[in-house]
Amino acid sequence: MDLYRIPAFQLAGLIRRRDISAVEALDATLDRVQAVDGRPGSLDGPAEPGDDRAVHAFITRTPERARAQAEAVDRQLARGEDPGPLAGVPFTVKDIFCVQGTPSTAGSRILANYVAPYTATPAARMEAAGGVMIGKVNLDEFTYGSSNESSAFQPTPRNPWDLSRVPGGSSGGSAAAVAAGEGALSLGTDTAGSIRQPAAFCGVVGLKPTYGRVSRYGLIAFGSSLDCPGPLARNVTDAALALNAIAGADPRDATAAAVPVPDYTARLEEGIQGMRVGLSPDYLRITFFDAETGTFEEQPIEATIREAVERAAQALADRGAEIVEEVPMPHTRYGIPVYFVISRVEAASNLHRFDGVKYGYRTPEPVPDLREMYRRSRARGFGPQPKLRILMGMYVSAAQYSEQYYNRALRVRTLIRQDFERAFAPDGDHRLDALLTPTTPTTAFPMGAVYGDSVLMQYADQLTVPANHAGVPGLSLPAGFDPHGLPLGIQLLGPDFSEQGLLRLGRAYEMATEDAPWRQRAPFEGLTTDS
Amino acid sequence: MTNEIDRDLFEHLVELAALALDEQEATYLRRELNNQLKAIDELEAIPLDSEVPPASHGVPYPPDIRPPVREDEWVPHPDPDAILEQAPETEGRYVVVPDIPHKELP
Repeated sequence: MDLYRIPAFQLAGLIRRRDISAVEALDATLDRVQAVDGRPGSLDGPAEPGDDRAVHAFITRTPERARAQAEAVDRQLARGEDPGPLAGVPFTVKDIFCVQGTPSTAGSRILANYVAPYTATPAARMEAAGGVMIGKVNLDEFTYGSSNESSAFQPTPRNPWDLSRVPGGSSGGSAAAVAAGEGALSLGTDTAGSIRQPAAFCGVVGLKPTYGRVSRYGLIAFGSSLDCPGPLARNVTDAALALNAIAGADPRDATAAAVPVPDYTARLEEGIQGMRVGLSPDYLRITFFDAETGTFEEQPIEATIREAVERAAQALADRGAEIVEEVPMPHTRYGIPVYFVISRVEAASNLHRFDGVKYGYRTPEPVPDLREMYRRSRARGFGPQPKLRILMGMYVSAAQYSEQYYNRALRVRTLIRQDFERAFAPDGDHRLDALLTPTTPTTAFPMGAVYGDSVLMQYADQLTVPANHAGVPGLSLPAGFDPHGLPLGIQLLGPDFSEQGLLRLGRAYEMATEDAPWRQRAPFEGLTTDS
Repeated sequence: MTNEIDRDLFEHLVELAALALDEQEATYLRRELNNQLKAIDELEAIPLDSEVPPASHGVPYPPDIRPPVREDEWVPHPDPDAILEQAPETEGRYVVVPDIPHKELP
């Protein structure tokens, strides 16, 4: 098998046994990037012929840094030392994490020239475990989107399974890179579904850990009560391996919980006999706002996606899980309206720091005073999505509106949390270990089809955002393809800090489907890519 | 109650947000804000009794999983120049900004 396709846990084993070197693994991955990725995203880059035939996952490639890291891993092994469980595994980092000495742009013009003077805890922990960072990957500007098209760095990533489609977002570069073989793992973040939705669109595994499971130190903040860093991977075992590396308390993040970190890879194949897995009708339909008619429309989920969930339920039942149907999750439909309020207030607050003074973009125009410098720097530095979030956040938290909007949204958030508490309560009616749902209402949409309609775009997160409000963990798994050849994603949601159970269910589903013909597919099959 | 962000209110928000928008951008952003507000208005229809408390975050933080407060110790950054170098304009080791709006006191 080509080295770039080997899963992280196998690759680390080969490297630690010195069957191959970390440098060889790195070279194979860099060759793959060269072959499929095309040019990295850049500011003001006019479209070029051929842009539509490459993945464009990256903003910044760091091959020299990666080579130094890989050589260090090989030297450690030569000395008989253990470089760690991710020894020599190439990975990418969503460009919302600061990594010392690298541009850390958030996909925004306002941070395009920012070189981070420190490293985010999750990225530092991946490297400390022996991982080799090959670059920073594209995202929606400040993570604000579900398609990756809002990035200031163009061309934006494309879906490796169909280059005319979006990879999802906001961790679109992460999902596209992992799917295309450009690094076995990627670090992403999930505020409303930004790990799980692109994972589903690109046919990879995406894990949003429990809020507080992974430190947010060094993350460029969006919604501070919602943001969760987590891994994207090509299989469940790799996701567990990455979570091992990044989870745990951090003196630099007071919200990183002091909950012990088990070995998430240890009990993956112990089986799921007697685990209780719920299905909810509230996750098999979507409610969305139609701006043209001004009304709310309700639609069932696409049949191919619903059927994928039903097949997965059957596969889990065949392995001993108990399927619990008709679990009420009545406040699911309010996840997006609540998110429109809470995330905007938090975003507006977090975006005030970008002022052209200490770092980032400052207008080059002569200005009469500081206030005008702020205005012109922010006007040029921010794209439309951050501006929308700032304005909405200021509106719904203004003194005269906050009772109606912000405080009300925080109380509805409690109701969303209570849906989960009831479903998971050990002495309740359902006593679930996990809820099984679709990850997304649709498969990957065409580039340009939704971008610009900020309401419709937000509704792409309808089935993922409740977990962010509730803080519970969610795991998205590839579950086959629709008739257009686009990946389908299913999601497992569990109680606080139940990642181990979710990963075990996910691994059971993987084992149940390992001989399925769709598991043999790979992106770019039959396509000629020029290198 | 359905509110709408009219042009005056919008301009006030733009001022508060320290932004400056051209006409085309303002039209797009105001339209999107009002569409989002209609979606937000769905929250009005939810029966909420006075017992439902606000949630500032989802996962409860009982004391046993809350990390201890760390000592308030001064830790020097290994390379403060790397931080200063990020500032768009410096003079010596000062960050330079344009004139700060102020009034002379009599």
